[in-house]
Amino acid sequence: MWMRRELRHLAMARRNSLTTVIADVWDKAKHLREAAEEEERHVCKAWKISSQVVRPETTTTATMAPPLPTSILLLLAVAFTVAAATATSPTAPEDGIRVVSAEKRIDLTGPIVKVYLTLKVHNPATGSDASHVLIAFTPLEAQHLAIVKATRAEGKRKKKVYVPLPVEPVDLAANAPDGARLYSVSLSAPLRPSETTTMEVFYVLTHSLEPFPAEITQSESQLVYYRDSALLLSPYHVLEQVTYVKMPSNRVESFTRVDPTARSGPEVKYGTYKDQLPYAYSPILVHHENNHPFAVVEELVRKVEISHWGNVQVTEQYKLKHGGARHKGVFSRLEYQSRQSISGASSFKNLLARLPPRVHSVYYRDEIGNISSSNLRTDSHKSELEFEPRYPLFGGWHCTFTIGYGMPLQDFLFESEDGRRFANLTFGCPLLNTVVDDLTIKIVLPEGSKSPQAVVPFLTEQHLETSYSYLDVVGRTTVVLKKKNVVGEHNVPFQVYYEFNPVFMLAEPLMLISAALLFFVACIAYLHMDLSIGKSQAS
Amino acid sequence: MAAAAASAMLDALPAPLLRSLRLKTKQQELLLRVSALALIYVLAFAVRLFSVLRYESMIHEFDPYFNYRTTLYLTEHGYAEFWNWFDSESWYPLGRVVGGTLFPGLMVTAALLHRLLRALSLAVHIREVCVLTAPFFAANTTLVAYAFGREIWDSGAGLVAAALIAVCPGYISRSVAGSYDNEGVAIFALLLTFYLFVRAVNTGSLAWALAAAFGYFYMVSAWGGYVFIINLLPLYVLVLLVTGRYSQRLYVAYNCTYVLGMLLGMQIRFVGFQHVQSGEHMAAMGVFFLLQVFFFLDWVKYMLDDVKLFKSFLRITLTCVISAGTLALGIGTASGYISPWTGRFYSLLDPTYAKDHIPIIASVSEHQPTAWSSFMFDFHILLFLFPAGLYFCFKRLSDATIFIVMYGLTSMYFAGVMVRLILVAAPAVCLISAIAVSATIKNLTTLIRTKSKSPQTTGKVTGSKAAAKGAVDQPLPFQHNAAIALLLGAFYLLSRYAIHCTWVTSEAYSSPSIVLSARGHNGGRVIFDDYREAYYWLRQNTPTDAKIMSWWDYGYQITAMGNRTVIVDNNTWNNTHIATVGRAMSSYEDEAYEIMQSLDVNYVLVVFGGVTGYSSDDINKFLWMVRIGGGVFPVIKEPDYLVNGEYRVDKGASPKMLNCLMYKLCYYRFGELTTEYGKPPGYDRVRGVEIGNKDIKLEYLEEAYTTSNWIVRIYKVKPPKNRS
Repeated sequence: MWMRRELRHLAMARRNSLTTVIADVWDKAKHLREAAEEEERHVCKAWKISSQVVRPETTTTATMAPPLPTSILLLLAVAFTVAAATATSPTAPEDGIRVVSAEKRIDLTGPIVKVYLTLKVHNPATGSDASHVLIAFTPLEAQHLAIVKATRAEGKRKKKVYVPLPVEPVDLAANAPDGARLYSVSLSAPLRPSETTTMEVFYVLTHSLEPFPAEITQSESQLVYYRDSALLLSPYHVLEQVTYVKMPSNRVESFTRVDPTARSGPEVKYGTYKDQLPYAYSPILVHHENNHPFAVVEELVRKVEISHWGNVQVTEQYKLKHGGARHKGVFSRLEYQSRQSISGASSFKNLLARLPPRVHSVYYRDEIGNISSSNLRTDSHKSELEFEPRYPLFGGWHCTFTIGYGMPLQDFLFESEDGRRFANLTFGCPLLNTVVDDLTIKIVLPEGSKSPQAVVPFLTEQHLETSYSYLDVVGRTTVVLKKKNVVGEHNVPFQVYYEFNPVFMLAEPLMLISAALLFFVACIAYLHMDLSIGKSQAS
Repeated sequence: MAAAAASAMLDALPAPLLRSLRLKTKQQELLLRVSALALIYVLAFAVRLFSVLRYESMIHEFDPYFNYRTTLYLTEHGYAEFWNWFDSESWYPLGRVVGGTLFPGLMVTAALLHRLLRALSLAVHIREVCVLTAPFFAANTTLVAYAFGREIWDSGAGLVAAALIAVCPGYISRSVAGSYDNEGVAIFALLLTFYLFVRAVNTGSLAWALAAAFGYFYMVSAWGGYVFIINLLPLYVLVLLVTGRYSQRLYVAYNCTYVLGMLLGMQIRFVGFQHVQSGEHMAAMGVFFLLQVFFFLDWVKYMLDDVKLFKSFLRITLTCVISAGTLALGIGTASGYISPWTGRFYSLLDPTYAKDHIPIIASVSEHQPTAWSSFMFDFHILLFLFPAGLYFCFKRLSDATIFIVMYGLTSMYFAGVMVRLILVAAPAVCLISAIAVSATIKNLTTLIRTKSKSPQTTGKVTGSKAAAKGAVDQPLPFQHNAAIALLLGAFYLLSRYAIHCTWVTSEAYSSPSIVLSARGHNGGRVIFDDYREAYYWLRQNTPTDAKIMSWWDYGYQITAMGNRTVIVDNNTWNNTHIATVGRAMSSYEDEAYEIMQSLDVNYVLVVFGGVTGYSSDDINKFLWMVRIGGGVFPVIKEPDYLVNGEYRVDKGASPKMLNCLMYKLCYYRFGELTTEYGKPPGYDRVRGVEIGNKDIKLEYLEEAYTTSNWIVRIYKVKPPKNRS
């Protein structure tokens, strides 16, 4: 929050520094330019569909806009002269930061797109201290963005350490063209004028590989489109940059050429490009083979029940889907059995879940019963549950199932310094290489727990519920955490703090004991009482 | 020190209190009896859990899946919704009025148990309740058996009866955990009704008769087998009347039970007015009127002293009554007010009836006549103890023993007619055998005690009695040793019985039949879970309004597990509809396609065991499809599918057989598969032959899914082609 406010201050300050006349004109010009950009985006979309090579220069291509009424054109001309005059200062929010060199490595080898970005950022001598560096995403990317992480290399060569930096979305949509979303990386130490630093940014995009053709038969392999830009989308001037796209196999159907472009085996290299303006964008389309299992968990509900009697019971309900190209026509078991290598190449029948060590009583079932095809391997560091859905999953096929297991309490429950208890659990989904569209984690605290508080390292939707289980009278406080678009990188520890009085542990055993006692007392009373109306016989 | 203090304490205690702490003989006996019963109760429950331990907590077989589905609906939507439920997922396009065409007793029982457990804040799932309903009621049956045994003989016989019925395989076969069927609670209700009625006859108490009426009501709500009660009770009354055992007690018991039971039974929608309208229930009504006449005549006899006058009055009254009854029955039957006996009832009285007239009843394996081996399998030593028990019953004839004899004999007859009715006979056989065992053991122990204790036992009441008896009977040589030997023999037999029952339960009756298991090459267990694989595939990957055509056996399972609409299911109420499916399966593909189009079929499911050697598959059931289809549509002729009266699938099979839909769907692309080493491809492991048509082309259907062991194969019906 504080950061957002500060940025707004900066913007205000900048506007005040301009003369009022210019400011007025700027406002008008901005409106017009936005309209023009809207048009331009449509055009861009059209181009993307026809998959031609496009290089729209974001700021100066007034001529590329489709014909507009002349009055607007006139205004546009005025506006753009002004815009061009002031182009550098308002669009780059930080004063004059430049990206000296940028390297973008796009990893398309799995079902999830991973992008590694190395930025060498330079603060010019004329600027002031920079505490943030902005990175930009297209709206579509922002929608599919699961996680962004940034690190900064500190220290000299040998003592080089990578310090993780906090990344937060910036609400500066109004300032960025084409509705680009900006994320701000807060630097641990501000970048002084004429200093240079290297940052590593890592982000994950889900649902960004579009199968084409969208429907395949059993014997075909799966081809996908990936769309991105050859140029780095950045609010700064980029002096030198290069983009690598790595694909899972040598089978690349086509890829957009933006010279210089070179392909070596499964890798395509775009660049080196020099001196690109802010928000430069050059769409590319890569069509390649990707037969990795596109396992998408559409909905995952994880229920963690904490019992102070020594067990943590986890129940995970999955709604799984093969998110790749849809299966078309016949499914032949014969083909699938006898020619496994070519038949159903994109289908999968195994899944691997990485569970905590020392799990016990693991079960795997669905609505209609137990599924007897799973293997559990345990060692001291982790447990691996390898299981098969009831049927192999082809594109578009669904499957729902439940996995449950118990874990020893002492591995997960601790007492904090202020006397509260806290459970240290892992966020995310234990299935490897899957995307979770909608994750709900319910932490069911023991009956009688008070003032629960969840500490999660990223933004989640939270609320409280009450759930009832065996022998509950007042119900158990349940902390519900929800997050969309979760990937493996979200599997980090989080904590739930709560207050608990151990006396409550005795409530349920006492209830059982007293029930049994009452039963026996009733039996004794029945045997010793003579309820008959007639005279009882003397023994 | 402490001991001394304790004894001092004890001395200080008031004498009456001390005496009350020590157990009297009667209390000791009570304690023994209660603990024995408690153990039997636990045993009856526990022995039925083999399938849960070996497989999982799941619903078995076919019908239980329907019961489970309806129970689920009942718990989710409440009773009113359940009552008015029109199920559009079965019998497409007809649908089924579920609320009015089922016996709701089982579902309501399970739902109430579930609600009770929930109220006790035990968070159990309804499935667990359903799975354990049958064992729970079986355990309760042992208590009823004990009470019944005590009523007809003594508490020793009751205990033995409880122990015998707890493990009797004939009963276990239908009441293992997961076998969530009407019979599970119905046998409890049946025995309870009988017990309460006998008790009412013995006491002449209105309260017991009322209880019997409610027991009957529960039975009516639970199972169609209530017809057995409503026919056995009048038969019993008739026998008592004929043997001159008529009494006021009988009059009270029968009238109260019949009238109230009939009125209560009418509350069940599926039964409705059958009590007054159906031929099967008329015997009870006739006996009811007969009883009134008897009472009236008795009264007249009491009023009239003249024997001659009474005789002529008797003649006139009887003639009048009989002619009136016959007339009423004749008019009722002629006008259609009283429906004639149903086919099922006929097939019970005449075992060959179903075979000739209703193939759909004859096609069910549990409706076949019972083989001797299955009697031996299900009753073991009880089969020999039964006649012995009858002997003891006749030796000490009373109203109660007459009842159990009649129950035993009639139910044994029905058990001989239909395999599944062994279940009804099981309690009677157990009770009568228990009388044999109890009486024998009692006699033997009396002999042993007499010999050893006769010199000293003068103080004890029982001992002196026995001694007196022993003195009267002339003691035989080696009597003591012979008695011991016989006793040991009896215990040996009984232990063999227990071992046999456990073995049968674990080997034969604890398989869910939906999950198949076999021994692998290395001795490990291989599980074939193909049914559920297919049903779950249907559930997840077909449109929610897809209609599945399969043989009716799988209908309930498809709707319950696959959650999809079926054309026919195990509730075989519409023979024509089933015959239509049978016709489609036995026609050529293009003819079948027209039938399937007319029924809106999207998928066809067949069960095929040729790869695994699973013998109860559709090819083996196929002749029944032909027969049932041919029964309604004469275009289907059974001889077309046979060669010289022989049913074969290899090269020598008839051309119609090799090209009918069922054959094509089962063997599609099977000809390319090698199933067994050293055999040609396309070798059917069930029939043990190489199939006759390996080049099967499908024109109107396409393979949609085949399970991993090929047991279930699902085909998609292609949409009609565009007109050229």
